[in-house]
Amino acid sequence: MLAQLSYYLSYSFVRNALIVGVLIALCSSLLGVTLVLKRFSFIGDGLSHVAFGAIAIASVLKMSNRMLIVLPVTVLCAVLLLRAGSRTKIKGDAMMAMLSVGALAFGYLLMNIFSTSSNLSGDVCTTLFGSTSILTLTTTDVILCSALSVIVVLIFIIFYHKIFDVTFDENFARASGTRTNLYNLVIAVTIAVIIVLAMNLVGSLLISALVIFPALSAMRVYKSFFSVTVCSAITSVVCALSGILISIFADTPVGSTIVAVDVLAFALFYAAGALQGRARVPA
Amino acid sequence: MIRNLNFAVNAGNYLCIVGENGSGKSTLVKALLGLLAPMSGYIIFDEDLSRSEIGYLPQQTEIQRDFPASVREVVLSGFQGRMGMRPFYTAAEKKEALEQMERMGILEFAKRCYRDLSGGQQQRVLLARALCATKKLLLLDEPVTGLDPKVTQELYDLIETLHKEGVTIVMISHDVEAAVKYATHILHIGDITFFGSKKDYLNSQPGRRFLAGTKREK
Repeated sequence: MLAQLSYYLSYSFVRNALIVGVLIALCSSLLGVTLVLKRFSFIGDGLSHVAFGAIAIASVLKMSNRMLIVLPVTVLCAVLLLRAGSRTKIKGDAMMAMLSVGALAFGYLLMNIFSTSSNLSGDVCTTLFGSTSILTLTTTDVILCSALSVIVVLIFIIFYHKIFDVTFDENFARASGTRTNLYNLVIAVTIAVIIVLAMNLVGSLLISALVIFPALSAMRVYKSFFSVTVCSAITSVVCALSGILISIFADTPVGSTIVAVDVLAFALFYAAGALQGRARVPA
Repeated sequence: MIRNLNFAVNAGNYLCIVGENGSGKSTLVKALLGLLAPMSGYIIFDEDLSRSEIGYLPQQTEIQRDFPASVREVVLSGFQGRMGMRPFYTAAEKKEALEQMERMGILEFAKRCYRDLSGGQQQRVLLARALCATKKLLLLDEPVTGLDPKVTQELYDLIETLHKEGVTIVMISHDVEAAVKYATHILHIGDITFFGSKKDYLNSQPGRRFLAGTKREK
């Protein structure tokens, strides 16, 4: 098995997939807690559909680098949604639904009408579930993904305490003079970047899983923001690594394998949390 | 909803804002904090008090019930308003957070999870956070809601201690009896609006009616 592993690792595309996979998994787990607790999960889900639409546009335009259009469009939508969502909750929800289903429909329509490929359903499936795109990354993709990942991690570290403040108690933060609108904007833009990144790994339909599962798992067992963040980052990276390796050995789709491992990890953490809780009650 | 309200708080006061539900107490708080713009009129701050120097004790939110945060992390976040763009806490701030936790009697919980604490302990954590944000003025929004009588009493005593130490207190409350017991000034919002010292309030019409009402309920 080890010999087989080193055989696989001798291929540059496998190494690239592992590097990018780990970096993306790290980024996507960082904002999970904020997303879950701020009830922003729906934004993550909606944005991934928007990104799908943007990819359709990019492939119709035959752009060599899809990121150039997908990233700005997704970031723009994130900002718009945050604006709408901050005014009233219901309006934001409805707008989210409109935007995400609309983008999905138009994306598929565009791909269908202007398709140049003979394997349309295969293309769509790849975009939605990410089947093999992680194994077909070009050098430019790898560099771009790595750079964006590093930027996301740096932003998270710099804004770590602000993100905590804004998530835990936005009213207090605003009352004591924190620029909550600015930091909400930072969070929204970062989420958009993470989603565009994560599309490469798991495809647009499975992104939310990558963002939310590690955080939910960590929250079962750990009790402080710091430990939850560290634990969800580690969980996410371990799951992504093992998911990619399993998919190579067992010849399964990369994205869904990673998410399956994430779900399994959540079950383990859930059980651990329940045991921990029971141990504490008699004491 | 109340209109044409006019009142002043001086340093060292202990002002209780009482009134029926829907009379506009929460709106007033939001305006004071700058979360809402006043529909018309002004909120004037003294030269040595800026808006960001109000320590706010909000009502508990939905999010906080399942938020994984240690007590220390919550208390430290009180400094955020003063930090501007600086990303990390200084050693002095960390030390002061410990002092405020000690002052509130929650130092032993520093590493515990906020959501696992009792209601009274959580309020002390939020008080410590508010004290990290300011030394001058605390604005407490219904601080004893949902607390049992013993814990309520302890929290009132704690707030009274802070007042004696020179912190200006503005408290929104349903609890008129406590308001009359501790406050130096009362702002009554309702059909008849009253603002003045506690002594005047006890002799005023809304004061007598409100107090009589609470006694009859018992």
